[in-house]
Amino acid sequence: MEAFRIHTGRVLPMRRSNIDTDQLIPVRFLKRLTRTGYADGLFAAWREEPGFELDRPEYQGATVLVAGPEFGTGSSREHAVWSLLDHGFRVVISSRFADIFRGNSLKNGLLTIQLDQEVVEALWERAEQAPDQPVTVDLEALQVRAADLTVDFELDPYHRMRLLEGLDEIDATLRYEDAVRAFEATRPSWLPTVEVA
Amino acid sequence: MAGQTLAEKVWNAHLVSRQSGEPDILYIDMHLLHEVTSPQAFDGLALRGRKVRHPELTLATEDHNVPTSDIFRPIADPVSRAQVDAIRENCRKFGVKIHALGDPGQGIVHVIGPETGLTQPGMTVVCGDSHTSTHGAFGALAFGIGTSEVEHVMATQTLRLRPFRTMAVNLIGTPQPGVTAKDIILAVIGRIGTGGGQGHVIEYRGEVLAGMSMEARMTICNMSIEAGARAGMIAPDETTFGYLKGRTYAPKDERWDAAVEYWRTLRTDEDAVFDRVVDVDISELTPYVSWGTNPGQVAPLAATVPAPGDFADPVKRAACERALEYMDLTPGQPLAGIAVDTVFLGSCTNGRLEDLRAAAEVLRGRRVAGGVRMLVVPGSERVREAAELEGLHQVFLDAGAEWRNAGCSMCMAMNPDFLQPGQRAASTSNRNFEGRQGAGSRTHLVSPAVAAATAVAGALCSPGALPAAESLPAQHTAEV
Repeated sequence: MEAFRIHTGRVLPMRRSNIDTDQLIPVRFLKRLTRTGYADGLFAAWREEPGFELDRPEYQGATVLVAGPEFGTGSSREHAVWSLLDHGFRVVISSRFADIFRGNSLKNGLLTIQLDQEVVEALWERAEQAPDQPVTVDLEALQVRAADLTVDFELDPYHRMRLLEGLDEIDATLRYEDAVRAFEATRPSWLPTVEVA
Repeated sequence: MAGQTLAEKVWNAHLVSRQSGEPDILYIDMHLLHEVTSPQAFDGLALRGRKVRHPELTLATEDHNVPTSDIFRPIADPVSRAQVDAIRENCRKFGVKIHALGDPGQGIVHVIGPETGLTQPGMTVVCGDSHTSTHGAFGALAFGIGTSEVEHVMATQTLRLRPFRTMAVNLIGTPQPGVTAKDIILAVIGRIGTGGGQGHVIEYRGEVLAGMSMEARMTICNMSIEAGARAGMIAPDETTFGYLKGRTYAPKDERWDAAVEYWRTLRTDEDAVFDRVVDVDISELTPYVSWGTNPGQVAPLAATVPAPGDFADPVKRAACERALEYMDLTPGQPLAGIAVDTVFLGSCTNGRLEDLRAAAEVLRGRRVAGGVRMLVVPGSERVREAAELEGLHQVFLDAGAEWRNAGCSMCMAMNPDFLQPGQRAASTSNRNFEGRQGAGSRTHLVSPAVAAATAVAGALCSPGALPAAESLPAQHTAEV
């Protein structure tokens, strides 16, 4: 995972709620076997609609997506995160995220920040009025800074540390081998096991 | 010290390690895999020379991509075939059992776990699939995870998680005849919204549950994710134990007794405190249907299509406006009577034997309306076999419906079963997102009984509104 410390980029305002995983990446792109190469799947259905935000000239190169509540609802597909990253997004700001999507994002170095809907609206207005004006997302200071707006945000300290360091979580858990073994010794005998292939 | 909720009991019984400042390490009792969300995780293991720590706590199936007809021919779509080949090869390499297409144990991952007795009270069950919440019907803590977490579980048999918050959804009252589990859960989602359960495990509570079958409980827990919850749970009881007894993976003899003794403790303590409590009166409910493009956009089938102005919240108002445009509906239009092209009966929400029975009961002696296609896709090959033993397939075929093999099928339209742009379906599945059942498709979520009545009427319809069925030829009522 790529580390995340501070990022400055332009905003794509998406005035929509319930941007679900089927919109983020339609199911036909989920047949691939890789973790990368999903940029073409991002919002594939909406990109066929004329005037879709992502394709407007003023928002080309935006790296911070700002959307309404219930972002990433629906499926557990991590492809939704991969497609945002592959398109070039580093940050998504929303007034509420679906849990599985958020967990997936933080494991892939896509910083998801939950802010009040009023702040989301303020960021939308600024991005629409001045699309060239960048925002800075500072994970060390836990701040989003626009020209005339500074907002603090919260992130689980554990996820913040992992993002700052770009750490592999499996390596970290494997260090608890003794605890896992000790737990396994206490598991009741009635628990099911599947015959091994 | 206050008592514990059911979810907290299961969590605490799986706690491997709790360190300050870090998420808990939670042990996973059963890891289910399917072909779509696992290949990258297997690759990750291979890349670092890691193994699947416990293949015996892991089971794979093929469900999302697989065709539901001509299943013994090679899969026509080469990309789907490659994904199915990949999971077979990965399971072979890593020693994981797989129910491949054509195997009598194959089916939707959330149908085969419970039907084999693999899902048991008090277990932790995960899968790279959001509808893993289904298994919570047994009093298991079951939730969907992403592919990075799939890899983490394969490598360590654990997950790193902060404890979920707890939420009680109290179902108050007794439902009217003809109101099903699907109607109840659609009403709950309509009430709390698609983000209402964010960060929480919902425990469904209320007297109504005692009289509910495991299938009905699974339908309710299945759609917890549509309310934004991490998981849904129902405390196990005699119905749960009765369902499990004698199933393939259920404990036997003295281990059964020990298990049941433990399972009886899996109830929320009287003095436990939930982080949130929501009461939903179900006594006045009537059949429900979705009108929009998220599962919170639902209404009684007897109601009319809402207007954007009905919503005070500007976010909901805008969502309604967009949904009506996408769905091609007009405010004030009665929901009953909206013409459909297709009816889909199946999925991990409503693809079990009881669901097929409910639909067959409506279809017996009736015909699917001209110009309407009805697809019946059992949730598993075992469900298909059981339905055929009862002659249900003949009821569907006689009515003019298509009888298929098991898979996710038109719920997510990853296989050849999908709608054409602009087509409208009544569907017993779980998501009415834009394009969910095919690019440009329009979905109305309904119960199996409403799906069957809709197929007959050719338009959204409750079973009670159908004209009487013709009496049935004798050979179709005979036991097989």
